Amino acid sequence: MATTNTSASAPASGLREFWFYFSVNRGAVIGLTVFAILVFVAIFAPWIAPFPPDEQFRDALLKPPIWDAAADPRFILGTDPVGRDMLSRLIHGARYSLFIGFFVVVGALIVGVVLGVLAGYFRGWVDVLIMRIMDIILAFPPLLLALVLVAILGPGLFNAMIAIALVLQPHFARLVRAAVMAEKSREYVAAAKLSGAGHFRLMMVTILPNCLGPLIVQATLSFSNAILEAAALGFLGMGAQPPTPEWGTMLASAREFILKAPWVVTFPGLAILITVLAINLIGDGLRDALDPKLKRS
Amino acid sequence: MLNYVLRRIALLVPTIIGISICAFAFVRVLPGDPILAMAGQHGVTPERYEILREQFGYNLPIWQQYFNYLWSVMQGDFGISLATKRPVINEFMALFPATMELAFVALIFAVVIGIPAGIFAAIKRGSWFDQITMGVALTGYSMPIFWWGLLLIIFFSGYLGWTPVSGRIALTFFLKPITGFMLIDTLLYGNWAAFVSALRHLILPAIVLGTIPLAVIARQTRSAMLEVLGEDYVRTARAKGMSPNRVVNVHALRNALIPVVTTIGLQVGLLLGGAILTETIFTWPGIGKWMIDSISKRDYVVVQSGLLIIALIVMSVNLIVDLLYALINPRIRVQ
Repeated sequence: MATTNTSASAPASGLREFWFYFSVNRGAVIGLTVFAILVFVAIFAPWIAPFPPDEQFRDALLKPPIWDAAADPRFILGTDPVGRDMLSRLIHGARYSLFIGFFVVVGALIVGVVLGVLAGYFRGWVDVLIMRIMDIILAFPPLLLALVLVAILGPGLFNAMIAIALVLQPHFARLVRAAVMAEKSREYVAAAKLSGAGHFRLMMVTILPNCLGPLIVQATLSFSNAILEAAALGFLGMGAQPPTPEWGTMLASAREFILKAPWVVTFPGLAILITVLAINLIGDGLRDALDPKLKRS
Repeated sequence: MLNYVLRRIALLVPTIIGISICAFAFVRVLPGDPILAMAGQHGVTPERYEILREQFGYNLPIWQQYFNYLWSVMQGDFGISLATKRPVINEFMALFPATMELAFVALIFAVVIGIPAGIFAAIKRGSWFDQITMGVALTGYSMPIFWWGLLLIIFFSGYLGWTPVSGRIALTFFLKPITGFMLIDTLLYGNWAAFVSALRHLILPAIVLGTIPLAVIARQTRSAMLEVLGEDYVRTARAKGMSPNRVVNVHALRNALIPVVTTIGLQVGLLLGGAILTETIFTWPGIGKWMIDSISKRDYVVVQSGLLIIALIVMSVNLIVDLLYALINPRIRVQ
């Protein structure tokens, strides 16, 4: 009963309706709040962080966090094996993770959308060719393929991002292709075609905006996936290289101290988990709000 | 059905050829020279270099090299590892059981906890149990598993001292492999102490590798169950006065599990990818660690053939899952 009442009184404006469904999901709102804080921290990192991320305090190696008796009050989350402030490095690390997520999603989105629209719109051999290539990419475990690609391109953050974008891109292509094929036979597309719209206009202006919902959800998922994969590559020594304060790379160089100084291992991983969890919470909320089939079900 | 099976297999042929071209091409564009990598630190004289190039066929045109490679692969010859000088397929066969055992136990862990958790969360929708389970599942799904592994080592190996940090079995046991599965082999030898040692080595890596599949399976089970519980036939069964248990077990569960079976099958690619991280953390002697070691050692032959074999495994499992799905759900076959 309550459902019918609320949806009847829901405002007609798309954005407000979206927010109405999104904000029902408490987890999604929490995720969005955490994410907003992370973005703020990333943008203003040099002003928020107490120290530069690579400044070494030779008199304070491996100091524990502030709640430990042996702590140094200058370093709230302690220091790493070469005396750098953990908190400052974590704050700067937020820049890398969010940038990686953003870059990878934009890259994968552009390539995936173009390939997916071409395949779904033209069908025939274009479709077969594109989708077979996507099948080949998807046949490899993503992390393994990314590893080999980085080995070819050379280890480093930028190459890792390209490799991850390439590995994640088939999901977008498949999604867009399916959506385009479903939309293509609708009346509004036929109407646009009759009024003389060309291929490009039909693909990008008429059809694509109607496939946006699932695409946004997939983009959110890929954002968190990209952060995880980049951290994994960093951890395996194939992503960002030390002394970059990227969270996965920080974990890798802290591994040997895991039993002696657990905090150098705990905090970078916790930062990854919180970021990825926040984005996945947003993703769940978006899926509920954008997918009409799941709405209030 | 046979028709459907044949059509599905025929569709795979171009993909398999594409995969083999990719694996072949990746290795050709890897920086460095395979002959120099083989020669190692000692270097090689120009004359010897030419002889080796000819011996391994690197002097032939690229397309001819590819067809030679494809031809030997079809005869089961995946080349000789540059690092160990042993046939790649022998190395793979020696290491694969370790990964299989790890992945299998991880999957059992994920299924045994994930499916019941998902079912109860769906039945008690909106309850605190549902909310906590789904919160934990989303956390598991967001977990950087390499960090999760390190945390478990800190707690269970470092703090409590319950489990060993690395390897498959304590070095004091030396058992000649029969099946290659440590848990089975130790039992076949009747060596109880060795079995316990193997189990203690296996438990943390299996939990780490199983965490993301567990989260995926729990979430998928819950949503499949919720969908089925809203169907007309479930309402009819309830209206007939059937007991809630019977409605869930007989009417809902069977239909809800169809998509879950697919999800479980699709975890295999994820498990093989996760094995790279898990095996690195726990120094587990499986194919994940073998691949990453070969990539860093630039053992081209192993990387090339390893990629090919792993992709073929993932594809075969996906095919089997698809066919099983068609077997359970006849509507798929017609399309």
